Amino acid sequence: MADPLLNVQNLTMDFGGLRALDHVNIDIQQNEIIALIGPNGAGKTTFFNCITGIYTPTGGDILITAPLRSGAASKTERINGLKPNQVTEKGMARTFQNIRLFPNMTVLENVMIGRHCRTRSGILGAVLRNHTMVREEQAVVDASYQILEKIGLSRFVNDLAKNLPYGAQRRLEIARALATEPFLLLLDEPAAGMNPHETLELDTLITRIRNEEKVSILLIEHDMKLVMSLSDRIFVMDYGKKIAQGTPEEIRNNPMVIKAYLGEECDVES
Amino acid sequence: MMTFTEIKKSFLTSLWFMFLTFPIMVIRVNTIEKQVIWRWENMWYVGIGSFLLSFVWRYFLRRKERGNNHANEHIANMSSSIQRIFSRRRYKIPAMVAAAMTVAVFPFVMNSYQTNIMITALMYVMLGLGLNIVVGLAGLLDLGYVAFYAVGAYTYGLLNHHFGIGFWTVLPLGGALGALFGVLLGFPVLRLRGDYLAIVTLGFGEIIRLILENWNEFSYGPSGIAHISKPSLFGIKLSFSGEITYMYFLMIGMVCFTIFVVNRLQNSRIGRAWIALREDEVACQAMGIDKTRTKLTAFALGATWAGMAGVIFAAKTTFINPASFTFMESAMILSIVVLGGMGSIPGVIIAALFLILLPEYLRAFSDYRMLLFGAIMVIMMVFRPQGIIATVRRNYNFKKAEN
Ligand SMILES: Nc1ncnc2c1ncn2[C@@H]1O[C@H](COP(=O)(O)OP(=O)(O)OP(=O)(O)O)[C@@H](O)[C@H]1O
Ligand SMILES: [Mg+2]
Repeated sequence: MADPLLNVQNLTMDFGGLRALDHVNIDIQQNEIIALIGPNGAGKTTFFNCITGIYTPTGGDILITAPLRSGAASKTERINGLKPNQVTEKGMARTFQNIRLFPNMTVLENVMIGRHCRTRSGILGAVLRNHTMVREEQAVVDASYQILEKIGLSRFVNDLAKNLPYGAQRRLEIARALATEPFLLLLDEPAAGMNPHETLELDTLITRIRNEEKVSILLIEHDMKLVMSLSDRIFVMDYGKKIAQGTPEEIRNNPMVIKAYLGEECDVES
Repeated sequence: MMTFTEIKKSFLTSLWFMFLTFPIMVIRVNTIEKQVIWRWENMWYVGIGSFLLSFVWRYFLRRKERGNNHANEHIANMSSSIQRIFSRRRYKIPAMVAAAMTVAVFPFVMNSYQTNIMITALMYVMLGLGLNIVVGLAGLLDLGYVAFYAVGAYTYGLLNHHFGIGFWTVLPLGGALGALFGVLLGFPVLRLRGDYLAIVTLGFGEIIRLILENWNEFSYGPSGIAHISKPSLFGIKLSFSGEITYMYFLMIGMVCFTIFVVNRLQNSRIGRAWIALREDEVACQAMGIDKTRTKLTAFALGATWAGMAGVIFAAKTTFINPASFTFMESAMILSIVVLGGMGSIPGVIIAALFLILLPEYLRAFSDYRMLLFGAIMVIMMVFRPQGIIATVRRNYNFKKAEN
């Protein structure tokens, strides 16, 4: 088997005395959709924050092997301690549990920000507005609009992000992350606050992103129906530890997982 | 029903005001004749005045709250229709021509005193546009902006005093030094935001001023530097009014240059990164924008204009000392940006002209200048927090994918 896209070894994160992540191991292969589940406060978001550079983990290794477009052999890199923007540049883009759009920018501009790290024009280019810069700018606009069309947000193109309905805001976060040309998309509770219809649309959207854009996906989600229908493999966390991993079928019947979700009382009673 | 409670509230307000102003408005003690004069009629004036003001205030506040969404839409419609009018060729060209004509004939129609005031106002336009990059676009609250203005002024003052270097050589140098100081300030405050950033920048502004005030060997202390030469015009000797006219057109040119550059920066990849940084720092970084670099460019490019404005200031007044670079100046420039509308170029221009010219033409009220200033700020913040001209996000032309 090829090197995993993302290989996390013994990831540990301490907040003062609190160990939010305790020697977590997770690997993601190319073209997989992986779900990370667990009860509230299990450390899922903290895991995302560690691998995207928002926190510097206390211990462990985060190794990525970016697939090259040419298909040539790619090398494995350790990305601990890189800044968030550097991680994004390497090809891992994320969304946030509590939506973090740029509220006073238009929908299109939000996506254009995602193109920032793939473009180069600087101060001089901006002031002189030379040929290269104008062309790059137009390419950014066109590419961003195409992403919006794919995600199904093109009718909102000139609206301010803050005026979008909730479900559309979540999808805009995905569009913005896709604009950075990631090989791995990290979604933190993308279905939170969505109605059943929107959740269904999200299901097809995520599958489409994987199949058409060839982007692997790691998502945190509490909606079990969505998780079971989407994921190839599932990792389960509780109290900062990984307690189980496997296919949806295996996870559904795993007693450890049932215990973590239903709580200790259940255990005592039985 | 609603109005009755409103009237009651206004009535209580007026009672409270009558009570508060009682000692100063009503009682007058004549110490010589040992008499106390009771001026009851003043109490009625205060009562009726504050009642009416309070009622009007409440009325507008209620209208604003009730029709908040409605009003916002209305404002958006209004500004977009203004824009539409100006984007139409038929109106745009005559408007531009009229503005250009006014600008061109101003120094010949007005006397040199008024032209001088206009030059000052234009300098504040330039400063406002510079600070607009830092505060309005990048969202970094900088209370020490005047420091860069001082850096520019002293660059020209000192270089001219010691080496006799001319204005046109120093102008870009002042800008460059401003940018350098911008980066110097930027580095230590990279991690700070909001109030903390405001306090540190405030301190930075004061440090620069105190250095200029106390380092006598370097900056000649409080007595400052005199006899700085005015800008030259191909070595032609100008009359007194000729010099002012020249300065005026120089300033017009500089303002146009500033508008041109700031406008282009704002609508570029870097400008968008600044706005994203203002909107959400964490998301901005997570989307691949280098926070450090973006912040430093904002500080540097903002300070460049202050540096250049400083050089022009030194050349205009021919005398500089630290008293010109107090916190009041920073506060003034910040007010221009906030009043004009954060990130809005036309807003900043209008606010600068308004705030600088109005006090000059209202000399009669000069005692109440600060009071008026405060009242305007409060009213603006309550009724129109987005500033005189709110920024309207730009729409782009894009290619639709053929299905
Ligand atoms: N910056 C921080 N400082 C201190 N403690 C933190 C910090 N961030 C998270 N924690 C703690 O780490 C634990 C894990 O939190 P985390 O947000 O990762 O949970 P989660 O699995 O995402 O939960 P949810 O499903 O509710 O989103 C919690 O106990 C939380 O209080
Ligand atoms: Mg979470």
